[in-house]
Amino acid sequence: MITVGGLSVTFRSGRGQFRAVDDVSFEVAAGETFGIVGESGSGKSTILKAIAGLVPSTSAVLEVDGRPAAQRRSKADRRMLQFVFQDPYASLHPRQTVDDILREPLEIHGVAGADEKVQKAIADVGLLPTHRFRYPHQLSGGQRQRVAIARALILSPPILLLDEPTSALDVSVQAEILNLIDRLRRSYSLTSILVSHDLAVVAHLCDRIAIMRQGRLVEIITADALRTGAVTAGYTRELIAASRGFTRAVA
Amino acid sequence: MSEPLLIVDGLEVALPGRTGVTRAVRNASFTLGRERLGIVGESGSGKTTMGRALLGLVPRPGMVTAKTMSYEGTNLLACSERDWQRLRGRRLSMVMQDPKYSLNPVKTVGRQIGETCRLHLHTDRRETDRRVLAMLEAVQIRDPDLVYHLYPHQLSGGMGQRVMIAMMLIAEPDLLIADEPTSALDVTVQNEVLRILDDLVRDRGMGLIFISHNLTVVSSFCDRVLIMYGGRIVDECLARDLQHASHPYTRALVAATPSLDNPRAELATVARDPEWLK
Repeated sequence: MITVGGLSVTFRSGRGQFRAVDDVSFEVAAGETFGIVGESGSGKSTILKAIAGLVPSTSAVLEVDGRPAAQRRSKADRRMLQFVFQDPYASLHPRQTVDDILREPLEIHGVAGADEKVQKAIADVGLLPTHRFRYPHQLSGGQRQRVAIARALILSPPILLLDEPTSALDVSVQAEILNLIDRLRRSYSLTSILVSHDLAVVAHLCDRIAIMRQGRLVEIITADALRTGAVTAGYTRELIAASRGFTRAVA
Repeated sequence: MSEPLLIVDGLEVALPGRTGVTRAVRNASFTLGRERLGIVGESGSGKTTMGRALLGLVPRPGMVTAKTMSYEGTNLLACSERDWQRLRGRRLSMVMQDPKYSLNPVKTVGRQIGETCRLHLHTDRRETDRRVLAMLEAVQIRDPDLVYHLYPHQLSGGMGQRVMIAMMLIAEPDLLIADEPTSALDVTVQNEVLRILDDLVRDRGMGLIFISHNLTVVSSFCDRVLIMYGGRIVDECLARDLQHASHPYTRALVAATPSLDNPRAELATVARDPEWLK
């Protein structure tokens, strides 16, 4: 569904350039949930943005649904991929109601039957009809993230890009959102890429996981390998050990 | 356990607002010895407010009341602003969550850390510098001479947090309250910072209150854990027993956390019982 070959992203600043993503290649099959983990600055979010065409990138191959993705995306291309961002407080327009937020993508893409679609999207993500005319500040963090997911899914895209969708949420709310994502990807056979710094979250939802470090792909492993620690790279092992919590050196 | 450092009985924090009074902390009681005490809870559960109350940092018109709140025999409830100034920084101190917002952006690292030292220990300039450099080394900053002259914006997240810890520890307090000290850090850096705190607790016999929302970190790092919900301490257990806690809220939090060791097809969600607030 998604093929990435030799993807690089370079940011230029006043003083020079910074290679945020360096020669990364992977494939995501249709219906798969692919995970990308790494620490801050490892380039994991930048990969998502490059796939969505939100940052300029260079690559040998970048295919979405069998077709090369151009640097400049058409409306139809953009409809294929929808994004859910990390911070539900920053990614919803504060002066738009839930209804406005969900209607906007439909209007941009000229989709008919907006009213029913909005209603269905609200029900799909487990919000109540009474939430439809509320503003983001009247919703909790978890409810906002549900709105962001509804907005991403309202165009029925085949591909969903999730950038740290639960990092800003409490564990109890995180559990609800992860369960929601899990349910939606099954019922709509979504192909998705989930980026997170939390190994347990990624292992929970994904079958295959890419480990990133300083812009480079360290390795691609299965969730089982992540759980059992059957990995080859030293960095991955270090990351897994650190995620399991603090270990007191035996005195 | 030896003589407790801190005794808190029936602590209440009330924050008056436009829509009435919020009881941010309700009837909280605990003691702290020279140990690592974790406080976990979700946002809004009152854990940070409780930490601030222990340092007399609840801003007006917030009200702090308690049956007992004493620190090594000093009645904290009767402290004047002057008394607090003598205690805070010197005897008890607090590491805040985000070094980006808690350090003074226009002062070099060395001068900020030195300020605490001069103020509380009345050291001269040379002695202050010596102690600052030694402290920076103690929190494992590789090149203390260089970092001394840097401004906060020139530090990475992990370095900023170490500088905060250095600043809070230079006056050698007996009690440190650390509010989410590692939440903004990457996991590998997080463990380095925890190791520094751990060594300091052990070597200096400090008491540590470790506030966090991260169950994995708390259960692996602390000795004992308090679980807060809706401003109350609803459960208390040994950190290593957190996985087998008896209170339904604690159990629900554990079950809602994705784990590398216990994969679940679906995460449990937290059903809340109004009984817990009674």
